[in-house]
Amino acid sequence: MLAQLQPLHKHLLNDYQQDFPLSPTPYRDIAEQLGVSEDEVLHAFEELSAQRMISRIGPVIAPNSIGSSALVAMAVPEHDLARVAELVSAYPEVNHNYERENRFNLWFVAVADDEAQLGMVIAEIETRSGYPAMTLPMLADYFINLGFEMNLHD
Amino acid sequence: MIEAVDQHLISAVQAGLPIAARPYAVIGERLGLSEQEVIERLARLRAQGLIKRWGVVVKHRQLGYRANAMIVMDVPDDRVGDVGALLSQQACVNLCYQRPRQGEVWPYNLYCMIHGKSREVVLEQWAELRHACALTAYGYEVLFSRRCFKQRGALYSLRAESSKSAQSVTGQAQPGQAVFEMHSG
Repeated sequence: MLAQLQPLHKHLLNDYQQDFPLSPTPYRDIAEQLGVSEDEVLHAFEELSAQRMISRIGPVIAPNSIGSSALVAMAVPEHDLARVAELVSAYPEVNHNYERENRFNLWFVAVADDEAQLGMVIAEIETRSGYPAMTLPMLADYFINLGFEMNLHD
Repeated sequence: MIEAVDQHLISAVQAGLPIAARPYAVIGERLGLSEQEVIERLARLRAQGLIKRWGVVVKHRQLGYRANAMIVMDVPDDRVGDVGALLSQQACVNLCYQRPRQGEVWPYNLYCMIHGKSREVVLEQWAELRHACALTAYGYEVLFSRRCFKQRGALYSLRAESSKSAQSVTGQAQPGQAVFEMHSG
Protein backbone atom coordinates (compact mmCIF):
# COMPACT_ATOMS: atom_id res chain seq x y z
CA MET A 1 0.00 0.00 0.00
CA LEU A 2 2.83 2.36 0.85
CA ALA A 3 4.53 1.63 -2.42
CA GLN A 4 1.60 3.17 -4.24
CA LEU A 5 1.96 6.43 -2.39
CA GLN A 6 3.66 9.22 -4.21
CA PRO A 7 6.43 11.22 -2.53
CA LEU A 8 4.00 14.10 -2.06
CA HIS A 9 1.59 11.89 -0.13
CA LYS A 10 4.38 10.58 2.05
CA HIS A 11 5.52 14.08 2.90
CA LEU A 12 1.99 15.11 3.75
CA LEU A 13 1.62 12.07 6.01
CA ASN A 14 4.96 12.50 7.76
CA ASP A 15 5.80 16.15 7.94
CA TYR A 16 2.63 17.73 9.30
CA GLN A 17 1.67 15.59 12.28
CA GLN A 18 3.02 17.92 14.94
CA ASP A 19 2.52 21.42 13.68
CA PHE A 20 0.19 21.85 10.77
CA PRO A 21 0.46 25.49 9.65
CA LEU A 22 -1.68 27.85 11.70
CA SER A 23 -1.95 30.49 9.02
CA PRO A 24 -4.87 31.70 6.89
CA THR A 25 -3.72 29.54 3.96
CA PRO A 26 -2.10 26.42 5.46
CA TYR A 27 -2.42 24.29 2.32
CA ARG A 28 -0.75 26.97 0.21
CA ASP A 29 2.05 27.22 2.81
CA ILE A 30 2.59 23.48 2.57
CA ALA A 31 2.56 23.66 -1.22
CA GLU A 32 5.27 26.29 -1.13
CA GLN A 33 7.36 24.25 1.30
CA LEU A 34 7.11 21.19 -0.93
CA GLY A 35 7.40 22.97 -4.25
CA VAL A 36 4.00 21.96 -5.63
CA SER A 37 0.74 23.77 -6.28
CA GLU A 38 -1.94 24.38 -3.66
CA ASP A 39 -4.40 22.37 -5.74
CA GLU A 40 -2.07 19.37 -5.70
CA VAL A 41 -1.88 19.54 -1.91
CA LEU A 42 -5.65 19.88 -1.51
CA HIS A 43 -6.23 17.01 -3.93
CA ALA A 44 -3.66 14.77 -2.23
CA PHE A 45 -5.21 15.37 1.21
CA GLU A 46 -8.64 14.56 -0.22
CA GLU A 47 -7.25 11.29 -1.58
CA LEU A 48 -5.58 10.36 1.71
CA SER A 49 -8.78 11.11 3.53
CA ALA A 50 -10.95 9.17 1.06
CA GLN A 51 -8.64 6.17 1.33
CA ARG A 52 -8.83 6.45 5.13
CA MET A 53 -5.07 6.76 5.47
CA ILE A 54 -5.60 9.80 7.64
CA SER A 55 -8.42 10.02 10.11
CA ARG A 56 -8.32 13.82 10.11
CA ILE A 57 -6.27 16.96 10.37
CA GLY A 58 -6.93 18.15 13.88
CA PRO A 59 -5.93 18.26 17.52
CA VAL A 60 -4.62 15.54 19.78
CA ILE A 61 -5.52 16.57 23.30
CA ALA A 62 -2.96 16.03 26.06
CA PRO A 63 -4.03 13.17 28.36
CA ASN A 64 -5.76 14.33 31.52
CA SER A 65 -5.65 17.98 30.53
CA ILE A 66 -9.38 17.85 30.07
CA GLY A 67 -11.20 15.43 32.30
CA SER A 68 -9.76 12.20 33.62
CA SER A 69 -8.70 9.13 31.68
CA ALA A 70 -7.20 5.72 32.22
CA LEU A 71 -6.13 2.63 30.36
CA VAL A 72 -8.22 -0.31 31.53
CA ALA A 73 -7.47 -4.02 31.16
CA MET A 74 -9.74 -7.02 31.64
CA ALA A 75 -9.16 -10.77 31.53
CA VAL A 76 -12.20 -12.18 29.75
CA PRO A 77 -12.74 -15.85 28.81
CA GLU A 78 -12.53 -16.30 25.05
CA HIS A 79 -16.13 -17.48 24.73
CA ASP A 80 -17.41 -14.30 26.36
CA LEU A 81 -15.06 -11.79 24.78
CA ALA A 82 -17.32 -10.66 21.95
CA ARG A 83 -20.14 -9.84 24.36
CA VAL A 84 -17.93 -7.92 26.77
CA ALA A 85 -16.10 -6.08 23.98
CA GLU A 86 -19.40 -4.94 22.53
CA LEU A 87 -20.66 -3.86 25.93
CA VAL A 88 -17.48 -1.86 26.53
CA SER A 89 -17.37 -0.29 23.06
CA ALA A 90 -20.92 0.98 23.45
CA TYR A 91 -19.82 3.45 26.12
CA PRO A 92 -19.21 6.92 24.67
CA GLU A 93 -16.50 7.29 27.33
CA VAL A 94 -14.51 4.43 25.78
CA ASN A 95 -12.13 4.47 22.84
CA HIS A 96 -9.32 2.39 21.45
CA ASN A 97 -10.87 -0.85 22.56
CA TYR A 98 -8.53 -3.68 21.49
CA GLU A 99 -8.13 -7.37 21.91
CA ARG A 100 -4.53 -8.17 22.82
CA GLU A 101 -2.66 -11.45 23.06
CA ASN A 102 -2.45 -11.93 26.80
CA ARG A 103 -4.37 -13.33 29.73
CA PHE A 104 -5.51 -9.71 30.04
CA ASN A 105 -7.05 -9.72 26.59
CA LEU A 106 -9.27 -6.64 26.50
CA TRP A 107 -7.66 -3.20 26.64
CA PHE A 108 -9.42 0.11 26.35
CA VAL A 109 -9.12 3.77 27.28
CA ALA A 110 -11.91 5.42 29.24
CA VAL A 111 -12.30 9.18 29.55
CA ALA A 112 -14.72 11.05 31.83
CA ASP A 113 -15.26 14.50 33.31
CA ASP A 114 -13.38 13.68 36.49
CA GLU A 115 -11.89 10.82 38.45
CA ALA A 116 -15.10 10.03 40.32
CA GLN A 117 -17.10 9.69 37.13
CA LEU A 118 -14.35 7.64 35.52
CA GLY A 119 -14.50 5.28 38.49
CA MET A 120 -18.26 4.97 38.14
CA VAL A 121 -18.02 4.09 34.46
CA ILE A 122 -15.42 1.41 35.14
CA ALA A 123 -17.41 0.03 38.07
CA GLU A 124 -20.50 -0.17 35.88
CA ILE A 125 -18.54 -2.05 33.20
CA GLU A 126 -17.35 -4.51 35.86
CA THR A 127 -20.87 -5.09 37.11
CA ARG A 128 -22.44 -5.48 33.69
CA SER A 129 -19.67 -7.66 32.27
CA GLY A 130 -19.19 -9.75 35.39
CA TYR A 131 -15.38 -9.43 35.30
CA PRO A 132 -12.99 -7.24 37.28
CA ALA A 133 -11.14 -4.43 35.56
CA MET A 134 -7.60 -3.24 36.18
CA THR A 135 -7.40 0.58 36.08
CA LEU A 136 -4.06 1.90 34.89
CA PRO A 137 -3.96 5.69 34.88
CA MET A 138 -0.99 7.40 33.33
CA LEU A 139 1.54 8.54 35.92
CA ALA A 140 4.11 10.02 33.56
CA ASP A 141 4.25 10.62 29.84
CA TYR A 142 7.81 10.30 28.55
CA PHE A 143 6.92 10.87 24.98
CA ILE A 144 7.18 14.37 23.65
CA ASN A 145 7.10 13.77 19.94
CA LEU A 146 3.83 11.94 19.60
CA GLY A 147 3.71 11.79 15.82
CA PHE A 148 4.09 8.62 13.85
CA GLU A 149 6.98 8.52 11.42
CA MET A 150 6.84 6.32 8.36
CA ASN A 151 9.83 5.15 6.46
CA LEU A 152 9.79 7.29 3.33
CA HIS A 153 11.95 4.86 1.43
CA ASP A 154 9.75 1.81 1.48
CA MET B 1 -10.49 25.79 33.48
CA ILE B 2 -10.86 25.94 29.76
CA GLU B 3 -12.86 28.85 28.31
CA ALA B 4 -16.23 28.11 26.75
CA VAL B 5 -15.12 29.57 23.42
CA ASP B 6 -12.10 27.26 23.39
CA GLN B 7 -14.31 24.28 24.20
CA HIS B 8 -16.48 25.03 21.21
CA LEU B 9 -13.46 25.61 19.03
CA ILE B 10 -11.84 22.29 19.98
CA SER B 11 -15.17 20.61 19.46
CA ALA B 12 -15.45 22.16 15.99
CA VAL B 13 -11.96 21.14 14.85
CA GLN B 14 -12.22 17.72 16.46
CA ALA B 15 -13.96 16.28 13.43
CA GLY B 16 -11.16 17.58 11.24
CA LEU B 17 -10.00 20.75 9.61
CA PRO B 18 -11.79 21.30 6.28
CA ILE B 19 -9.70 20.60 3.19
CA ALA B 20 -10.26 24.00 1.65
CA ALA B 21 -8.21 27.07 0.78
CA ARG B 22 -9.21 28.99 3.94
CA PRO B 23 -10.05 26.25 6.45
CA TYR B 24 -9.80 28.41 9.58
CA ALA B 25 -12.25 30.87 8.07
CA VAL B 26 -14.70 28.00 7.52
CA ILE B 27 -14.37 26.99 11.18
CA GLY B 28 -14.74 30.60 12.27
CA GLU B 29 -17.92 31.02 10.27
CA ARG B 30 -19.50 28.10 12.10
CA LEU B 31 -18.63 29.58 15.47
CA GLY B 32 -19.05 33.27 14.81
CA LEU B 33 -15.33 33.92 15.18
CA SER B 34 -12.96 35.65 12.83
CA GLU B 35 -10.38 33.61 10.96
CA GLN B 36 -7.66 35.39 12.90
CA GLU B 37 -9.26 34.60 16.25
CA VAL B 38 -9.55 30.92 15.36
CA ILE B 39 -5.86 30.80 14.46
CA GLU B 40 -4.77 32.71 17.55
CA ARG B 41 -6.81 30.57 19.92
CA LEU B 42 -5.55 27.31 18.38
CA ALA B 43 -1.96 28.59 18.51
CA ARG B 44 -2.38 29.47 22.19
CA LEU B 45 -3.88 26.07 23.06
CA ARG B 46 -1.03 24.41 21.18
CA ALA B 47 1.58 26.53 22.99
CA GLN B 48 -0.03 25.80 26.36
CA GLY B 49 0.16 22.09 25.62
CA LEU B 50 -3.54 21.37 25.98
CA ILE B 51 -3.39 20.55 22.30
CA LYS B 52 -0.47 18.14 22.38
CA ARG B 53 -0.11 18.17 18.64
CA TRP B 54 -1.94 19.86 15.85
CA GLY B 55 -1.89 18.14 12.51
CA VAL B 56 -2.33 15.04 10.44
CA VAL B 57 -3.59 12.02 12.38
CA VAL B 58 -2.64 8.90 10.42
CA LYS B 59 -4.26 5.48 10.46
CA HIS B 60 -1.46 3.01 11.05
CA ARG B 61 -3.33 -0.06 9.92
CA GLN B 62 -4.42 1.52 6.65
CA LEU B 63 -0.82 2.50 5.99
CA GLY B 64 0.36 -1.08 6.21
CA TYR B 65 1.60 -0.98 9.80
CA ARG B 66 -0.53 -3.89 10.91
CA ALA B 67 1.55 -5.23 13.77
CA ASN B 68 1.03 -3.23 16.91
CA ALA B 69 2.65 -4.30 20.15
CA MET B 70 2.22 -2.83 23.58
CA ILE B 71 5.24 -3.77 25.65
CA VAL B 72 4.99 -3.67 29.42
CA MET B 73 8.07 -3.71 31.63
CA ASP B 74 8.88 -4.09 35.30
CA VAL B 75 11.56 -1.45 35.85
CA PRO B 76 12.90 -0.50 39.29
CA ASP B 77 11.11 2.65 40.45
CA ASP B 78 14.31 4.65 40.71
CA ARG B 79 15.16 3.83 37.08
CA VAL B 80 11.77 4.24 35.44
CA GLY B 81 12.20 7.93 34.56
CA ASP B 82 15.56 7.36 32.89
CA VAL B 83 14.41 4.30 31.00
CA GLY B 84 11.21 6.05 29.90
CA ALA B 85 13.13 9.03 28.59
CA LEU B 86 15.58 6.78 26.77
CA LEU B 87 12.90 4.61 25.19
CA SER B 88 10.88 7.57 24.00
CA GLN B 89 13.87 8.72 21.96
CA GLN B 90 14.01 5.48 19.99
CA ALA B 91 12.69 5.80 16.46
CA CYS B 92 10.47 2.72 16.61
CA VAL B 93 8.75 3.70 19.88
CA ASN B 94 5.50 5.61 19.51
CA LEU B 95 4.32 6.09 23.07
CA CYS B 96 5.91 5.63 26.46
CA TYR B 97 4.04 5.91 29.74
CA GLN B 98 4.52 5.09 33.39
CA ARG B 99 1.48 3.43 34.96
CA PRO B 100 0.94 1.99 38.46
CA ARG B 101 1.88 -1.62 39.21
CA GLN B 102 -1.01 -3.90 40.20
CA GLY B 103 0.76 -6.12 42.71
CA GLU B 104 1.92 -9.55 41.71
CA VAL B 105 -0.83 -10.06 39.17
CA TRP B 106 0.55 -7.24 37.01
CA PRO B 107 3.93 -5.96 38.23
CA TYR B 108 4.60 -3.72 35.23
CA ASN B 109 5.16 0.01 35.55
CA LEU B 110 6.42 1.11 32.12
CA TYR B 111 4.47 0.84 28.87
CA CYS B 112 5.61 1.53 25.34
CA MET B 113 4.12 1.00 21.90
CA ILE B 114 5.81 -0.23 18.73
CA HIS B 115 4.08 -0.23 15.34
CA GLY B 116 5.56 -2.31 12.54
CA LYS B 117 4.67 -3.98 9.29
CA SER B 118 4.93 -7.45 10.72
CA ARG B 119 5.29 -9.27 14.04
CA GLU B 120 8.80 -10.31 13.06
CA VAL B 121 9.90 -6.73 12.52
CA VAL B 122 8.38 -5.59 15.81
CA LEU B 123 9.97 -8.44 17.75
CA GLU B 124 13.34 -7.73 16.16
CA GLN B 125 13.07 -4.07 17.06
CA TRP B 126 12.17 -4.98 20.61
CA ALA B 127 15.12 -7.37 20.89
CA GLU B 128 17.43 -4.61 19.71
CA LEU B 129 15.89 -2.11 22.09
CA ARG B 130 16.32 -4.41 25.07
CA HIS B 131 20.02 -4.56 24.44
CA ALA B 132 20.56 -1.00 23.31
CA CYS B 133 18.71 0.40 26.32
CA ALA B 134 20.10 -2.12 28.85
CA LEU B 135 16.72 -3.60 29.71
CA THR B 136 17.66 -7.26 29.65
CA ALA B 137 17.46 -7.63 33.44
CA TYR B 138 13.85 -6.47 33.61
CA GLY B 139 10.71 -8.57 33.30
CA TYR B 140 8.40 -7.76 30.39
CA GLU B 141 5.52 -8.97 28.26
CA VAL B 142 4.75 -8.21 24.61
CA LEU B 143 1.05 -7.78 23.86
CA PHE B 144 0.25 -7.77 20.16
CA SER B 145 -3.10 -6.35 19.24
CA ARG B 146 -5.53 -8.77 17.67
CA ARG B 147 -9.02 -7.45 16.99
CA CYS B 148 -9.76 -3.74 17.05
CA PHE B 149 -13.24 -3.31 18.50
CA LYS B 150 -13.27 0.46 18.55
CA GLN B 151 -10.66 2.82 17.25
CA ARG B 152 -12.20 6.17 17.90
CA GLY B 153 -15.41 7.74 18.85
CA ALA B 154 -14.68 8.12 22.51
CA LEU B 155 -15.47 11.71 22.08
CA TYR B 156 -15.21 13.11 25.51
CA SER B 157 -18.00 15.46 26.37
CA LEU B 158 -17.34 18.23 28.84
CA ARG B 159 -21.04 18.54 29.32
CA ALA B 160 -21.86 14.87 29.63
CA GLU B 161 -24.95 15.07 31.77
CA SER B 162 -23.86 12.17 33.93
CA SER B 163 -22.06 8.90 33.79
CA LYS B 164 -25.25 7.06 32.94
CA SER B 165 -23.51 5.95 29.84
CA ALA B 166 -25.93 3.25 28.86
CA GLN B 167 -28.43 5.96 28.01
CA SER B 168 -26.23 7.39 25.31
CA VAL B 169 -24.53 4.40 23.87
CA THR B 170 -24.34 5.74 20.34
CA GLY B 171 -21.18 7.66 21.09
CA GLN B 172 -22.60 10.55 19.14
CA ALA B 173 -22.05 14.00 20.50
CA GLN B 174 -25.12 16.10 21.00
CA PRO B 175 -25.25 19.43 19.23
CA GLY B 176 -23.53 22.09 21.25
CA GLN B 177 -21.50 19.66 23.28
CA ALA B 178 -17.78 20.02 23.40
CA VAL B 179 -16.21 16.74 22.43
CA PHE B 180 -12.64 15.56 22.55
CA GLU B 181 -10.95 12.44 21.40
CA MET B 182 -8.33 11.11 23.76
CA HIS B 183 -5.57 8.90 22.50
CA SER B 184 -4.28 7.49 25.70
CA GLY B 185 -5.41 7.12 29.24
